[in-house]
Amino acid sequence: MLKGIAASSGIAIGKVFLFEEEEFIIARRDLAENEIKKEVMRFRKAIAVVKEDMKRTSKSAYEKIGKKHSRLFDAYVMILDDPMLKNGVIKMVVKEKVNVEHALQVTINRIFQSFMEVKDEYLRERSRDIIDMGKKILKSLIGMERNGLKEIPAEVIVVAHNLSPSDTIAMRKDKVIGFAIDMGGKTSHTAILAHSLGIPAVVGLKNITYNVRPDDTVIIDGNQGIIIVNPDEITIKNYEREKKKHLDAVKELDKLRDLSAVTTDGHTIELSANIEVPEEIPMIYESGSAGIGLYRTEYLFMNRNELPTEEEQYRQYSEVSKSILPYSVIIRTLDLGADRMADGMEALAERNPFMGLRALRYCLKHPEIFRSQLRAILRAAVHGNMKILLPMISAVEELRNAKEFLVKTQEELRKEGIPFKEDIELGVMIEIPSAVLTAEILAKEVDFLSIGTNDLIQYSLAVDRVNENVAELYNPLSLAVLRLIKMIIEKGHKSGKWVGMCGEMASDPEFTKILIGMGLDELSMSAISLPKIKDSIRSISFSSAQELADEVLSAKEQSEIIKILKRDKLRS
Amino acid sequence: MIKKTLNIKNKLGLHARPAALLAQTASKYESRVLLIKDGQEIDCKSILGIMMLAIAYGSDIDIHVDGIDEDNAMAKIENLINNKFHEE
Repeated sequence: MLKGIAASSGIAIGKVFLFEEEEFIIARRDLAENEIKKEVMRFRKAIAVVKEDMKRTSKSAYEKIGKKHSRLFDAYVMILDDPMLKNGVIKMVVKEKVNVEHALQVTINRIFQSFMEVKDEYLRERSRDIIDMGKKILKSLIGMERNGLKEIPAEVIVVAHNLSPSDTIAMRKDKVIGFAIDMGGKTSHTAILAHSLGIPAVVGLKNITYNVRPDDTVIIDGNQGIIIVNPDEITIKNYEREKKKHLDAVKELDKLRDLSAVTTDGHTIELSANIEVPEEIPMIYESGSAGIGLYRTEYLFMNRNELPTEEEQYRQYSEVSKSILPYSVIIRTLDLGADRMADGMEALAERNPFMGLRALRYCLKHPEIFRSQLRAILRAAVHGNMKILLPMISAVEELRNAKEFLVKTQEELRKEGIPFKEDIELGVMIEIPSAVLTAEILAKEVDFLSIGTNDLIQYSLAVDRVNENVAELYNPLSLAVLRLIKMIIEKGHKSGKWVGMCGEMASDPEFTKILIGMGLDELSMSAISLPKIKDSIRSISFSSAQELADEVLSAKEQSEIIKILKRDKLRS
Repeated sequence: MIKKTLNIKNKLGLHARPAALLAQTASKYESRVLLIKDGQEIDCKSILGIMMLAIAYGSDIDIHVDGIDEDNAMAKIENLINNKFHEE
């Protein structure tokens, strides 16, 4: 039995499909004398292939974002040509008579280690480039031979070291019944996607890829975060029963699909879904949501060699917007930064990416990227009901800059005679304390506010949400966070605008009552969480939720808040 | 063989861009080019080697050039370093 992190609930029992990607498991193989020459040639060829690829990327980066940034890819090309790497690998292949994959890995690791000893933090960061290059060469060396996700045979459980968003998307949805992944946490991409597809998943297993073989039978217990390899018959039987129970519960929630999210005393809440890729749309139909409350556009930009063109964006945005009619789509403009970057973007080496050049800040500094996205959105909005959401606003001046840019982009389209949506609704994410404190000013200039809880919590409590050392301080129920949320709702309503929430907090039934009580108009969450939230809304009264919110907001410390919520739970 | 001691005057030291320029320049010549700092000797045609030394502002480095085009190579490298890699 292996213990990991429960990322997506449910039970799956099936055969293992071992997916090899990214972190390749490289074996050392001794070469015969007459193989050495061929092996060196393989290496030179792989380098040449990757070099060509990098040159192409450099060229497209040059065209899209300018000369200064394309230099980064030139630096990659230089690493590929570097004598330390190239000669190091060839020397090892020839001297020790080993396969080039092994030699490459040893050499890369050696270089990486020396970089890690460098005192300069910036240079130490560059060691990632070397690892990246090493991976690219390895991919080119063995790329042809790995198990592709498109050729998944029958219904299987995918076991992998790590899955990139593009890998996950490439999978045939009808063939994959579960995920077991070495890497990742609850908010990793695989976790989010598996969750929204309703496929059981356990992540953070560290070394499951070493512990199973293809065609082993495994049980994935996505409720407890457990994997059982080659279980006995009794265990299988027990889990079959668990599985049925889980499916029954899901079916029960399905009955809620066509009912609205209304409290027992008649107060209606808008429930909508978060999506990342158009493939998730069928899930949205099934969940019974009223449209898309957050369409994250980052995934269209990531895990590819170059930025998507305006046309490609236009096609995808139109598809989403058309298929969700008569409901609306709130599309968020690019929310990337040094913590998460797309190929083709200017690489940033920032000490503090969460406070750096990210999201709207990045877009305003790179007008070409922003312009093509806004054009694509404005054009796609003709085919449906789309609204724009701007992330990471910290002051009204930023908002005005963005609005000016939007108007300019519309004028361009008008001049070119391209159809676009004239009066598109605009909203801002409220996720920075400075935006909370000035929310009434922001609200006057937009049509709606949307609270992003993940960042709001991180920024207001000064807790890095991916830092394990302070993870316990990351608390959605802290008095400060609750007060901020209340403040946003009040300020928004005072300016006559509706206020929604699209962060993690919206999808956790623990928080639903208090959020409703504070007066939120809309909650947006992953489709799979939606029935549960709807169920809890339908079982509470608005007046009791308001009372609960008032009581909690007047608490003086954490333990009091917990006590109040516990008592409330017992009462209902 | 020509040997010279040069002083790095870039405020930020030999970061990625100057390291790349230095390796690129050295690579243009047939001659073998060595860079020595604090007893550590690396191939000056290797951007990785240069970056690994983390050469800071104000440090002295030794350059050894050996080969048929050593005069030209040394002149170009000296020029690059003394002009702060055309950065500032």
